[in-house]
Amino acid sequence: MDVLAAKALGAGLAVIALAGVGIGIGNIFSAMVSTVGRNPSARDAVFPIGILGFALTEAVALFALLIAFLILFT
Amino acid sequence: MAAEGKAIDALSQFELAPVLGAFGSSVNFSQSNAHMLLAGGIITALLMYGMAARAIVPGRLQALAESSYEFIHDLVVNQVGEEGKRFFPFVFTLFMFVLVGNMLGLLPYAFTFTSHIAVTLALAMIVFVLITVVALMLHGKKFFGYFFPEGAPIWLAPIIVPVEIVSYLSRPVSLSIRLFANMVAGHVMLKVFATFIVMLGGLGTIGIFAASLPLAVIVALFAFEVMVAFLQAYVFAILTSIYLHDAVHLH
Repeated sequence: MDVLAAKALGAGLAVIALAGVGIGIGNIFSAMVSTVGRNPSARDAVFPIGILGFALTEAVALFALLIAFLILFT
Repeated sequence: MAAEGKAIDALSQFELAPVLGAFGSSVNFSQSNAHMLLAGGIITALLMYGMAARAIVPGRLQALAESSYEFIHDLVVNQVGEEGKRFFPFVFTLFMFVLVGNMLGLLPYAFTFTSHIAVTLALAMIVFVLITVVALMLHGKKFFGYFFPEGAPIWLAPIIVPVEIVSYLSRPVSLSIRLFANMVAGHVMLKVFATFIVMLGGLGTIGIFAASLPLAVIVALFAFEVMVAFLQAYVFAILTSIYLHDAVHLH
């Protein structure tokens, strides 16, 4: 296998992590929606925590993306 | 700028180039530094001109200055507690610098200085050194108890202590890479879709109609990027506050 093909495959493999991130972000927002649905007055308290969780989870996706970029372009 | 030749050239937008002619290149004054100075100027101007009127019913600028001040003040006091008030200027400065840097990068022809790991790691190391120094000053030797939670069985210490130390040391890494990766990924994505538009537009009449699809995507992406620019500044500020909370209260 030549190096370019291996690089492309490696970059593809690196972003498999996005599956977990998708599950995680889905979990966060489903919990947020059900919380606000049960107790609408908790919205202001829950929203920042949810957004923080979203940002922390999204960072994992970006780490994977960064590895993919590193594999592809260096 | 987007499509030289037929290849997608997404990373050249992050290259540094000296500005201000010969003087700039002799001291390595790049467009990144120029944008940092500009960001500092914008923040100073916003706060000084915004608050110059001191009206009881604020105008638009004063409302912006006041609401950003109150936003971060509430955040710091909620996260750190009353003792956190003395760290408020620090967190506010960090937040405004990162926010204005992210937002500046979204303007056409502007440069995003937060898309460089050198900048974000420097900011994160300032936070890291500050929380360590604050914790050592407030708690002295008790600070090292932070790495072993109270009530845990002693035979777990060989596992817990290394894990806690690694997680403590990885704070500046995750803090800096999060901001930097978000900015890089966002701008690469915008560039890729912009290149699609140019490439499709080169195909003639059908191509121009087809190009409206990535154009719609890029409009949505841009709105998303504005949200990300704010969100990442917010996350940077709130994580700094959480770390400060740990430093002040030790759990």
